[in-house]
Amino acid sequence: MQDQALISVKNLHKWFELRKWGFIHVGFVRAVDGVDFDIQHGEAVTFVGESGCGKSTLARTILGLYQPTKGEIFFEGKRLQRLGRWYRSQVGYIQQDPYGALPPFMNVRRILLEPMVVNRWGTRAERERRIREVLEEVKLTPVEDFIGKFPHMLSGGQQQRVVIARSIVLNPKLLVADEPVSMLDASVRVEILQLLQRVQEAHNLGVVYITHDLSTVRYFSERIFVMYAAKLVEKAPVRELIHNPLHPYTRALLDAIPDPDPENAFKFKEVPPGEPPSLLNPPPGCRFHPRCKDKIEGLCDREIPPEFEPVPNHYVSCWLYK
Amino acid sequence: MKRLWETLQELTRFKSALVGLGILAFIVALAIYTVIAIPYGEAVRLWRGGEDVWRYNPVNAKPAWISYFTPRKLPQTRVLRSEEHAQMEEETVGKTSRKVTITYQFRYTADLPPSELALVYKPVFKKKSPLVSVTWVTPDGREYTFGRITVKSVSVHGRYWYSVSRDQKLVQLFGTQNVEEGLFCRADDPKRVQKGDHRVVITAYLFEPDASIETELVLYGTVHGLAGTDHLRRDIMVGLLWGTPVALSFGLAASLGTMITSVIIAALGAWFGGFVDSLIQRLTEIRMIIPTLPILIMVGMFFSKSIWVILATLLVLNIIESSVKNYRAIFLQEKNAPYIEAARSYGAGHMRIIFRYLIPRVIPWLIPSFVLAVPSYVFLEAALAVLGLGDPVLPTWGKVLSDAYGRGALFQGHYYWVLEPAFMLMVTGFGFTMIGHALDRIFNPRLREI
Amino acid sequence: MEALLKVEDLKLYFRTTKGVVQAVDGVSFELASHTAMVIVGESGCGKSSLAKAILRLLPRNTHTYTGKIYIDGIDAMSLSDEQFRRQIRWQKISYVAQAAMNALNPVIKVGSQVAEPLLIHRRMRKEEALRKVVETFQIVGVPTDFVDRYPFELSGGMRQRAVIAMALVTNPKLVILDEPTSALDVLTQANIMNALKRIKEEFELTYILITHDIATSSELAERAMVMYAGQIVELGNAGHFYLEPLHPYSQKLMASVPTLREDKELDFIPGQPPSLINPPAGCRFAPRCHKRFSACDREPPMVDYKDGRKIKCHLYA
Ligand SMILES: Nc1ncnc2c1ncn2[C@@H]1O[C@H](COP(=O)(O)OP(=O)(O)O)[C@@H](O)[C@H]1O
Ligand SMILES: Nc1ncnc2c1ncn2[C@@H]1O[C@H](COP(=O)(O)OP(=O)(O)O)[C@@H](O)[C@H]1O
Ligand SMILES: [Mg+2]
Ligand SMILES: [Mg+2]
Repeated sequence: MQDQALISVKNLHKWFELRKWGFIHVGFVRAVDGVDFDIQHGEAVTFVGESGCGKSTLARTILGLYQPTKGEIFFEGKRLQRLGRWYRSQVGYIQQDPYGALPPFMNVRRILLEPMVVNRWGTRAERERRIREVLEEVKLTPVEDFIGKFPHMLSGGQQQRVVIARSIVLNPKLLVADEPVSMLDASVRVEILQLLQRVQEAHNLGVVYITHDLSTVRYFSERIFVMYAAKLVEKAPVRELIHNPLHPYTRALLDAIPDPDPENAFKFKEVPPGEPPSLLNPPPGCRFHPRCKDKIEGLCDREIPPEFEPVPNHYVSCWLYK
Repeated sequence: MKRLWETLQELTRFKSALVGLGILAFIVALAIYTVIAIPYGEAVRLWRGGEDVWRYNPVNAKPAWISYFTPRKLPQTRVLRSEEHAQMEEETVGKTSRKVTITYQFRYTADLPPSELALVYKPVFKKKSPLVSVTWVTPDGREYTFGRITVKSVSVHGRYWYSVSRDQKLVQLFGTQNVEEGLFCRADDPKRVQKGDHRVVITAYLFEPDASIETELVLYGTVHGLAGTDHLRRDIMVGLLWGTPVALSFGLAASLGTMITSVIIAALGAWFGGFVDSLIQRLTEIRMIIPTLPILIMVGMFFSKSIWVILATLLVLNIIESSVKNYRAIFLQEKNAPYIEAARSYGAGHMRIIFRYLIPRVIPWLIPSFVLAVPSYVFLEAALAVLGLGDPVLPTWGKVLSDAYGRGALFQGHYYWVLEPAFMLMVTGFGFTMIGHALDRIFNPRLREI
Repeated sequence: MEALLKVEDLKLYFRTTKGVVQAVDGVSFELASHTAMVIVGESGCGKSSLAKAILRLLPRNTHTYTGKIYIDGIDAMSLSDEQFRRQIRWQKISYVAQAAMNALNPVIKVGSQVAEPLLIHRRMRKEEALRKVVETFQIVGVPTDFVDRYPFELSGGMRQRAVIAMALVTNPKLVILDEPTSALDVLTQANIMNALKRIKEEFELTYILITHDIATSSELAERAMVMYAGQIVELGNAGHFYLEPLHPYSQKLMASVPTLREDKELDFIPGQPPSLINPPAGCRFAPRCHKRFSACDREPPMVDYKDGRKIKCHLYA
């Protein structure tokens, strides 16, 4: 059982039908278009990609909020569709906008109580104890000061702590964090990321950490999956990816990220031209080829690149490594 | 509960809301007082009127406080009882008959003649009814003898009502003047009251040894009570008082009922979408082109005019009212809120999401619009009553207005009759509107000043 | 060199139901022509309010608006509103407001919206203005046929470029950019930064770039200003600031920036910024400061540090 992956995603597709005037079929938005990966127990994995590349859709499909169009998801070896309600208590969800993620008319106690009530978890006293336990775990102490507050009385960082507390209140095995810090002030981000890391380590959680900002990745996860236009283009351990990016898109992404350095002001960055393709009509072959300066004519624009493993444990979908 | 209190406290920051709260407190207090002081059955009995209930009230009298605004002294109703206000003399005539002379002597100083004059006989006899006649001596010495009748049949409570105002002889005698003017005004100036002492002598012949008679002379005034009277001598105050709880409960019940049901329907439609939503949408659209009033009028004419039946009809109609569309628009937006998605991720079911997550979210919009909708239902009830569809038994503001309207109150100068219920309606509307707008500013910070 | 912008003891307070918000509280600085200055600080510290104060874009609930502003030698505070609008706004200084790209009118074509400053401030004819817009679109890198599109047809990056074009159409000397790239992806962000750098060289522009993202701010900065609770706490050359921040707040801020290339232990600032309604007496950062000492109860002076920086901290007095 233990060597079995916590979550295993096989050839996952999630397409949204696009209709004109509500009924004329226009086509499919291929928000997730053939994604494979495994996440082990206690492993934190980062998904990085530009907005609109399908990260949130992937997250929701893993959470079971969307039915996959094609492909399968296994949780501890069991098919997700079969798991039903029990699965709800096995996954925690952390969203991007902490204020929006909390019902504005509930106080902190009620917010944390809800998942337990819905899942018929514990007795009244146990629930109360659990609320205090998680609030302490996310460092909203003294607990008494926070338990009766409504979301609008909390700062952004505190709100996100409540969201995290709610996501772990049922003792899940997997956390899905969709851009958990991108709406927060830069000075608070670190605090929240460190908190997430502590929580992950304390409970040996599997974490799907979604971000568009690569600079936070190294502080948190073991592996990075790079997503571009609904597909995963590169999967590698964090260090390996940062020091040896293989896919041209990953390289461009890394180059674009500034570190605070006064020299930056005197340099121009090399940025691939154009914008990510429409997911309604993605380009044939490699989806990055229209923007790629290394593209191989006749190959990249025709054939979809399979996954290569030029370095052990470092997978890349690019014809340059065939 | 704590939030309610906080809201109230915040309300007090708005002057307009304070005014509104004051009005509301007054109206509620009035309603409670009314229901306790005049129980439902009593109110219905009073309003239905009948022979004995309002007999001593003048017809269409103005409210008494009017006299503060006019230099003239307006007459109040006076009831002069023979036991207290008259001298009785008795002499035997023949074997068994007696002649009773009742002499009233009273001073009249008002600037207007009474609105009506009546004599009440309270005879006691077995077979042979007494014979009476009246002599009226005015202050300037004119003397009129009239009303020679036998007090034959005795109606309610042993009283026999004789209308001096309609006495054939006097009516003919005074010609163009009415009887009250004839008796109370000066001979040389038929519009000015001759102030001074009147003497009224009632002579009664009693034909049985045990027979007796008492009389009352009723000088009806032109003003009565706080609110005046209507054409049926009813004290309008009863209508105004009882109108308060009726208006409050009708307005609140209608507003709350339609709001709750339409919110739930809108939430169901927005959440489930698909067929349910389409059905609700189409029903709402159909409803939007059906006018409310004609339907209510039809229900009132063919089915029942009871205020509760009208209320139920209104509820059924307004459940799928246009506000469903507004709520639905809000719900469609809220449906995609991250916290709803979060609730789904930890397994909350449909009903829990609708009632625990979606609907509470719109309460800030609901409370002000609920308060603001109350007056429109109060007005609707009044409008229905004016159209003749008022509740048949209950006194309401609308009914008072309806009677006034039906009797052409405005053409006859009975402004008070129209203005009093209209004032109550307006004050109620004003109170709720003030509170509603203040609540709107508290709950919907878009409008709140920064 | 004569300063293009000189601000002295600028104050902008707002009236609210809870009290007076001292959003900008005695800010003084100079900005030389053809330099780029960044203003950094946590959100809510008054960065946007400072920009609005310079441009005299005052909300209705303004409580206090005092101080001196000299723009290109003109005493801006002595101008009437009308004169200010004619001589300064969009003539000398233009402004890309925070989240302006999301504030474009959805039913008006992008070209017409970008041309608006020309119609209002330059009283240009429409065709002429649109020609100028096309020219500006080329400069900022928006395809010229986007003039006839509606905002929703443009990607976020393109909309941001369009609002930058809107700030540039009137050829101002100073452009204030309020969080121009915060909501954008890294590649788009890098692209726009490239464009801003190029435009600055080409047109000898002066920038004030407002951001809470320190890493991105370094892309443009020649001067750096750190704001905390409505006040300047550090002001100096970017070279000094990014390598060795002096104010404890700047140091913490810098330590909280995650870096991609170098390994460093991340730090964060505990607690929250003070309320700007009745801010604490003495140093406003003191309650969160790791180097706090007895003097911090008193208002710290603005210290001239040896490398030309100004630091509002007792440590350097
Ligand atoms: N419910 C939906 N219906 C239709 N299209 C959707 C839906 N959700 C997302 N999309 C589309 O799918 C694509 C990926 O979106 P998303 O997963 O939100 O990306 P990301 O989180 O990476 O920004 C976008 O083009 C978006 O417009
Ligand atoms: N119009 C206003 N009325 C009242 N308070 C305001 C107004 N605008 C901004 N503020 C307050 O002023 C402070 C500074 O805001 P702002 O300048 O927007 O900060 P920043 O741009 O650094 O995030 C904040 O506390 C904010 O709430
Ligand atoms: Mg997303
Ligand atoms: Mg701002």
